[in-house]
Amino acid sequence: MSTVALPPVLRVPPVVASLGLVVAMVGFGSAMYTGFFSAQVFLNLLIDNAFLLIVATGMTFVILAGGIDLSVGSVVALTTMVSAALVEHRHWPPALVIPLVLAGGIAFGAFQGWLIQRFLLQPFIVTLAGMFLARGLCYLISIDSISITEPTFTRIAQARVELWSGAALSVGAIVALVAFGLAIFVAHGTAFGRDVYAVGGNAASAVLMGLPVGRTVVGVYALSGFCAALGGVVFTFYMLSGYGLHAIGLELDAIAAVVIGGTLLAGGIGLVAGTLSGVLVLGLIQTLITFDGTLSSWWTRIVIGALLFAFCLLQRLTQGRPQD
Amino acid sequence: MSTTSQDAHARRKRSDPRASRDERVPPWRRAASHPLAWPLATLALILLANASLNPALLTLQWRDGHLYGSLVDIVNRAAPLAIVAAGMTLVIATRGIDISVGAVVALSGAVAALMIGGQLVIVDGHPVHLSRVPMALALLGAVAVATLCGAWNGLLVARVGLQPIIATLILMVSGRGVAQLVTGGQIVTIYYEPYFVIGNGYFLGLPVAAWIAVAVYAALQVLLKKSALGLFIQAIGGNPRAARVAGVRARLITVCVYAFCGGCAGVAGLIVSSNVKSADGNNAGQLMELDAILAVTLGGTLLTGGRFTLAGSLVGALILQTLTSTIYAIGVPPEVNLVVKAAVVFTVMLLQSPEFRRQARALAFRRPPGTLR
Repeated sequence: MSTVALPPVLRVPPVVASLGLVVAMVGFGSAMYTGFFSAQVFLNLLIDNAFLLIVATGMTFVILAGGIDLSVGSVVALTTMVSAALVEHRHWPPALVIPLVLAGGIAFGAFQGWLIQRFLLQPFIVTLAGMFLARGLCYLISIDSISITEPTFTRIAQARVELWSGAALSVGAIVALVAFGLAIFVAHGTAFGRDVYAVGGNAASAVLMGLPVGRTVVGVYALSGFCAALGGVVFTFYMLSGYGLHAIGLELDAIAAVVIGGTLLAGGIGLVAGTLSGVLVLGLIQTLITFDGTLSSWWTRIVIGALLFAFCLLQRLTQGRPQD
Repeated sequence: MSTTSQDAHARRKRSDPRASRDERVPPWRRAASHPLAWPLATLALILLANASLNPALLTLQWRDGHLYGSLVDIVNRAAPLAIVAAGMTLVIATRGIDISVGAVVALSGAVAALMIGGQLVIVDGHPVHLSRVPMALALLGAVAVATLCGAWNGLLVARVGLQPIIATLILMVSGRGVAQLVTGGQIVTIYYEPYFVIGNGYFLGLPVAAWIAVAVYAALQVLLKKSALGLFIQAIGGNPRAARVAGVRARLITVCVYAFCGGCAGVAGLIVSSNVKSADGNNAGQLMELDAILAVTLGGTLLTGGRFTLAGSLVGALILQTLTSTIYAIGVPPEVNLVVKAAVVFTVMLLQSPEFRRQARALAFRRPPGTLR
């Protein structure tokens, strides 16, 4: 019996479940609340979660390669802080500042990856130190929030690209979608993407196959650092300020989005595309709670925790018992 | 019995415990290879640096029947972290990690605040604060909830088979939500004098919080040394499957270890909420999980499981608190503490890495090319 070749998205059960969840939540919201089923509500999901999508995309690569990156939230904060300080206090042109902070993100991530790869350190503890470092550097720049009034930044922040009548996207959301598209291409269309899956699946086998494991590990963390910095730039546009307390706990949201998106935390199995549905689920929870109006904000966290639990169980059921 | 040195030389020694280590190894070398040597040296160094900046640090005073001074203050403030680190040590020894302890600290404080409340009534013309339920019951309730949280983590790890970091991530994310649910999203102020003793009181001249920490460590040490539990935990961390095959009830012990870690976080939550006389579901115990892991690592317990040192974690907690006090003493913004902590973590993890030590040694004692091995 010949099997029908399913598109890759439908071959990973948790990804299917995640997509199903998005559809179910949209259906539930549309049935329960008037005004929920509109294009702008959906586009606002992308606008409000653009930075999360970018950061979670980088995190997907790290998790696919069998690692974890706890520093991303702090790198986002550091990016907002450096951008704000350079633009507002030093009056550097944004065209110079943005490439600079992006390069900084790559360097930060690559350094962490180098430590992990060169000295066989645990990703958890290395990126934990990176998290402290980036957060601390924010406060070295300033303890207070720096708001941005620079005209280029404010113009980009307020710009809306109208897709059709009455429905518009922000520049940040478009950047996120483009980055996301590129990431899917990198994961499935390049040698680097294949190496990431191979290293996450079984690092020892990858070494024996002659794949550049070391370079891949460093590359994955550099990519995550870049995504965190890009997310930071988008977040700067979104908030129009730099602050050391920005994006606290974002790393947890990003990990949650990746897990809910169907990527296996042990590495090697999952899809970058799934992360979009993970981000949408997180965003939809927020939107549903806002639309409901009677539920308090902390329900968001409880529901995210419950969903994490459900998806972890699902992963276990579909992957069988672990080797312990 | 164990050394932190990982090189082949030491391994050969360990495999042959009756080797002539006493005659060959000079005493200073043996002292330096004691697991507590590095953490204690670090603590002494930070204390010395601190004392040179602020000579008043080392002075102790006896006033109003208590001991006063910066050192007492450090011990008092380090107590919650030390208690959490005790539970974390055991979890890490089983090759696990518990990142939910900060949330459990908040939850325990919230439960205690809810059960005690504190109501102002006038009895014989004097204002008196009454608790909603007897205080002992409230304390027990809070610690029980925290222990249940830990047991839940343990079940997810041992029964469901989730990775520890993910299993505890679930509670880390939702625990604070539940804590806010309990407090109604408010910072609940506690008005009940006897409760404040836990975090602010003194017993025999020393802070009650410090006594609680000492009691936790002493009880645990006795339990681990007088029973086979310590050995079992090491066995599970060394090789879970081998431990189970050898007849160690690995799953049950793992659940108990996580439950104990939750209970420790619960006790710490009581101290924290008693100290500030309120419960804050959102901010209590913030970043505590990271500090606890850091304290355990600083103490010399490897994150890869197996060998662990309880005393080391206590020293690790003291190092962190002393570091914080030093930062305050120097007069730089306390937030800069994070940069210092990052530097400490980077240094310690590099020193702990066998790979780094091997490469450093290779660099220090470089031989001509071609003669290596």
